[in-house]
Amino acid sequence: MNKKLVSVLAVSAMAVSMMPLSAFAEEDLITVGYAQVGAESDWRTANTESFKSTFTEENGYKLIFDDAQQKQENQIKAIRSFIQQEVDYIVVAPVVETGWETVLQEAADAGIPVILSDRMMDLADDSLYTCWVGGNFIKEGETCGNWIADYLEAQGRGEEEINLVTIQGTIGASAQIGRTEGVGNIVAEHENWTMLDMQSGEFTQAKGQEVMESFLKSYDDIDVVICENDNEAFGAIDAIKAAGKTCGPDGDIIVVSFDSVKAAFDAMIAGDLNATFECNPLHGPRVAEIIQKLEAGEEVEKIQYVDEAYFDTSMDLETILAERAY
Amino acid sequence: MKKEGRKLDGNSFLLVITIALFVVMYLVGIALFKNQGFAKTQNFLNLFISNAGLIVIAAGMTIVMITGGIDISVGSVVAMVCMVLAWTMETAGWGAIQSAVFVLALGVVFGFVQGWLVAYLKIQPFIVTLAGMFFARGMTAVISKEMISIKNETFLAWAQCKIYLPFGGYTNKKGMLIRPYIYPSVIIALVVLVVIFIVLKYTKFGRSIYAIGGNEQSALMMGLNVKRTKLKAYVLEGFLASLGGFLFCLNTCSGFVEQAKGLEMDAIASSVIGGTLLTGGVGNVIGSLFGVLIKGTIEAFITFQGTLSSWWTRITIAAMLCFFIVLQSVFAAAKEKNKK
Repeated sequence: MNKKLVSVLAVSAMAVSMMPLSAFAEEDLITVGYAQVGAESDWRTANTESFKSTFTEENGYKLIFDDAQQKQENQIKAIRSFIQQEVDYIVVAPVVETGWETVLQEAADAGIPVILSDRMMDLADDSLYTCWVGGNFIKEGETCGNWIADYLEAQGRGEEEINLVTIQGTIGASAQIGRTEGVGNIVAEHENWTMLDMQSGEFTQAKGQEVMESFLKSYDDIDVVICENDNEAFGAIDAIKAAGKTCGPDGDIIVVSFDSVKAAFDAMIAGDLNATFECNPLHGPRVAEIIQKLEAGEEVEKIQYVDEAYFDTSMDLETILAERAY
Repeated sequence: MKKEGRKLDGNSFLLVITIALFVVMYLVGIALFKNQGFAKTQNFLNLFISNAGLIVIAAGMTIVMITGGIDISVGSVVAMVCMVLAWTMETAGWGAIQSAVFVLALGVVFGFVQGWLVAYLKIQPFIVTLAGMFFARGMTAVISKEMISIKNETFLAWAQCKIYLPFGGYTNKKGMLIRPYIYPSVIIALVVLVVIFIVLKYTKFGRSIYAIGGNEQSALMMGLNVKRTKLKAYVLEGFLASLGGFLFCLNTCSGFVEQAKGLEMDAIASSVIGGTLLTGGVGNVIGSLFGVLIKGTIEAFITFQGTLSSWWTRITIAAMLCFFIVLQSVFAAAKEKNKK
């Protein structure tokens, strides 16, 4: 029996030690624990890469990265583990908005500052986190509206009656709320613009196509289609083509979208999409900047927006595409 | 009598292996991540804090697995319990105690229906609980598709009530005194575990469960009420699933459709690693506890290591499951041989 036990233990110890492990910590590095949502999209992967390439040992950091596989309970565990490892800073891209009080209180009790990335937390006490870094969806919407105004002006249609439709994202998502509001602000500034209809395409290509088909049946004079993410635009483009109309810079209908994934560049190069407005995933450098400020004992702004660009068919898209991380 | 003795020997041997494996893994963790604080008391306590719900759920799973059944609805039941707690407190304005009692009763009813279908209509437990899984997840979405954050003060007080331990304090590098703590959920989980252990080992009901799982026919011939015992086992398990869900909710403080997806598989894996046989008749809640702790330790390894993909947790658990299943079948074969 004992012999067996010993051999079993030996086997299990081997199994454990087979896991590739490195266990050295250097004293002078700033340790940052990053609890990421998962790897569900290109955007997310680019976000992860941005952190991994910013928080390197050459730059004076040690990054402890945890992928929560879309589960809040995993993120809570990861944060607890970061606290035990006495990291200097905790960065969280929360899976969900709710239920963080307990674990953030634990971090606060241990004196570790928490920086939120991308998504907000719904907390009764805002002092539990130091700051939030992410995209400004309202500003994205406004940039989009202004781009449409400039584009129409350049075409000499600045005074024409313009009919717009919006394929919204999943109702209630922060991207949907912000982008709808931002576009709405600009539409309100132009008396000759009419928003004919807004319906949710739930951020998917199939639903975007469906919504566009119904728009085309209901309205015969659509000038601009605003899609609240790129995938919806791909569906809308298919619907427009199927209805015998044309879109893009040389077509009847102007199509714009948000996010700027690689496929959106392909659609612009193909001449189907007019412009796409970026939702920048590269939060790493901004977070590093904040950490440097905190290290120097400076105060930081509670809400920090990352810089966001837009891309349209007047640009050298192939060169940009080749250089983009996502 | 002699046969019974051998069987227990085999069981306790499996248990010893599970415990030894946990200890070895933990010591390896301490050796590897000593500088990062793996050896801290709090790190060990976190295994219990983060897994309090799963400990209770795995105990329930062990009970039905001993009867030869299974329950794959528990993950969805946890999501439903969290959602009902969040909805009743935040939208309907109930008190925390009222909500807690309601979800526990809900678990009992859920267990009763599933148990009745399994025991009296003789439907496969897998199919019954598959339906239960879809039902509970569906109901969660019907109650609310949006996340609901629990802000009820009594509930948050329960969730955030740190119980400091009198030992193991230290000063961290920022000069703050850190004392190890647990939450009430840990105490509840451990008390439940001890109670279930005693029930299984020393009561007529507990022994009947083992007898039914070992051989239903002979249990019937011995005069045991097989149907009623099975029903009771599922009712108890339903109660434990909802209690586990309540503890889970104390940790996450929110109701959300996607919560606890796949938790049933974690519970089953923990039970199997803890020495429970899928065929029934063999199992021990203490083993299941260590199954949960092993899973927690693997997760801790991954986060402390810091660069590995967290999917390695699943891969390592898969390897361990294989290891334990092979070990169990070796034992079963040895037992067969001994009989002849």
